[in-house]
Amino acid sequence: MTSPLQQKLKVTGPVVVTANRLGDGAVVYRAADGTWTKDLAVAVVVTTTPAALELLAAATTEKVAVVDAYVAPVELTTQQQVLPGNLRERIRSSGPTVALPGQG
Amino acid sequence: MYIYDDFDRTLVQERVREFGDQVNRRLSGELTEEEFKPLRLMNGVYLQLHAYMLRIAIPYGTLSSDQMRMLAHVARRYDRNYGHFTTRQNIQFNWIKLKELPDAMADLARAGLHGMQTSGNCVRNVTTDQWAGVAPDEIEDPRIWAELLRQHLTLHPEFSFLPRKFKVALTAAAHDRAAVKIHDIGLRMHRNGAGETGFEVIVGGGLGRTPFIGKTIKPFLPKRDLLSYVEAIMRTYNQYGRRDNIYKARMKILVHELGAEKFAGEVEEEWQSIKDGPLALDPAVVADIAARFRYPQYELLADNPSELARAREDNRFRLWLDNSVTNHKVAGYAIVTLSLKPEGGPPGDATAAQMDTIAELADRYSHGEIRVGHEQNLALPHVAQRDLPTLWRALDGIGVATPNVNLISDIIACPGLDYCSLANARSIPVAEEITRRFRDLDLARNVGPLHINISGCINACGHHHIGHIGILGVEKNGEEYYQVTLGGRADDSAELGTILGPAVPYAEIADVVEDIATAYLELRARPGELFVDTVQRVGVDPFRERVYAAR
Repeated sequence: MTSPLQQKLKVTGPVVVTANRLGDGAVVYRAADGTWTKDLAVAVVVTTTPAALELLAAATTEKVAVVDAYVAPVELTTQQQVLPGNLRERIRSSGPTVALPGQG
Repeated sequence: MYIYDDFDRTLVQERVREFGDQVNRRLSGELTEEEFKPLRLMNGVYLQLHAYMLRIAIPYGTLSSDQMRMLAHVARRYDRNYGHFTTRQNIQFNWIKLKELPDAMADLARAGLHGMQTSGNCVRNVTTDQWAGVAPDEIEDPRIWAELLRQHLTLHPEFSFLPRKFKVALTAAAHDRAAVKIHDIGLRMHRNGAGETGFEVIVGGGLGRTPFIGKTIKPFLPKRDLLSYVEAIMRTYNQYGRRDNIYKARMKILVHELGAEKFAGEVEEEWQSIKDGPLALDPAVVADIAARFRYPQYELLADNPSELARAREDNRFRLWLDNSVTNHKVAGYAIVTLSLKPEGGPPGDATAAQMDTIAELADRYSHGEIRVGHEQNLALPHVAQRDLPTLWRALDGIGVATPNVNLISDIIACPGLDYCSLANARSIPVAEEITRRFRDLDLARNVGPLHINISGCINACGHHHIGHIGILGVEKNGEEYYQVTLGGRADDSAELGTILGPAVPYAEIADVVEDIATAYLELRARPGELFVDTVQRVGVDPFRERVYAAR
């Protein structure tokens, strides 16, 4: 598939900036204070292309903390809970949809 | 087993030190990701959805018990207690931390294992028949030639920056178990009229976005010319292969666009200029490599010992024996396939505990040797038939004796969207659901040999084009869909499957497979007609009608 890293950015709903942490590859999200968090609930959510580009630009200036930052869709529930916006992001957030061997 | 020497050990250890330094420089920020990425790829390190993935080569699918123990150790210490055996005789660890990679690689190197050339635009792990050296239907042990190629093509300066990745497979058996026709170079050993053995050279095979079955450009290549001819092929590819478009950069595209005849002509011209040079093989070099393959001291045993006859009275043992045990070239011995396709489990995965036990069983019953096949199963290649009942109980105890080898639940699948950053759709849960649908082994045996291959994207790591039933995951409007092909095969009569019809949603794909199996049972000419032969005889239309009539 075309990687989210290669897709032209067109924001039509709520999005966050996500990446993989350099040291261990863990999935992280850009937080309001400019740090990276594993907790999607505290990620900065924006809803316009300029805002997403600004967030991404700030994120990609960091060359050591994370790898491959990109803009990912999220859903906001009526209680303003932030959920991953598609299956790929759900899997990145929650892990494989199948039991890991020996742990099923 | 092949015995590595100081040169091999030094090379691997030097690479570990070099890569450890590169990792440290990346972690400190001295190297950017752009600079580091090609370096990590040269060592088999990918960044996947959740973590780094480390791919380790298992050259020609041969693994010692000590190496298997080391894989178990890495799984336990650096990963999440399991590994995934791939379709190219590699193993992948899915949860490796970059900062721990140098230590993991140093541990692996102690057992002669490494990730060199398991990714990147270079010659990948040379693969062959997992039964090499013990199969009754082979002319000679093809691993000698695989090892020769491995040595020649490892860190080969001219071929370290090819237009694209490059895969070589070879077989010396009457029945092709290495799928040589879907590789950039497939080598098939034959004996000519004079009794000499040599290679049929097949080029331009490959799957992915643009699949092709390879074409023979040299029906019989003498052994002395193997390196020079392979060198000539690779020089031709390196010179003419496209570097401007990643989707057209594989050698199969070049062979297709030039035509096999013209490609062969280019190779021939290059070959004539080098064939009698330093690459002409000295028999002493080949003999030296052959001497470093150590074979067990087999006992003088008879086939079908009394222990076996008694054990056959146990129905479960008999089912396993008939399904998973194969004739050996030495009387009184057998080749045992270990199914890594349990009901409801991910294809090709083994836990650290299973790996440790398999290593122990290999020591006890298979002269310390294990094989890895492209079907994502393992094999113990040197088992005395008298030991089969005891071995079966031990294998059954760790869940690797499911008697489904080559049956519909022996599914080949890539990791798919559960792990892979390239995937469009999941493969593993589809495979798991199909194994549940065919958990009734009477049903699976009635359906007979049937290979299902599942890929989570068009890159085709699950080899869906050559599955008897091929399943390709695609994305439509954010939802997972699956396109089905029928009639593919990877054997001597290799063919690409034919698309059945429109892709079906995730919730229906297992139903579709059931419908296809049911249709086959009605359409086959007789109980012994294989699924793939029925498809060839009747075409896909009757299956299409069955599958889409109710959808």
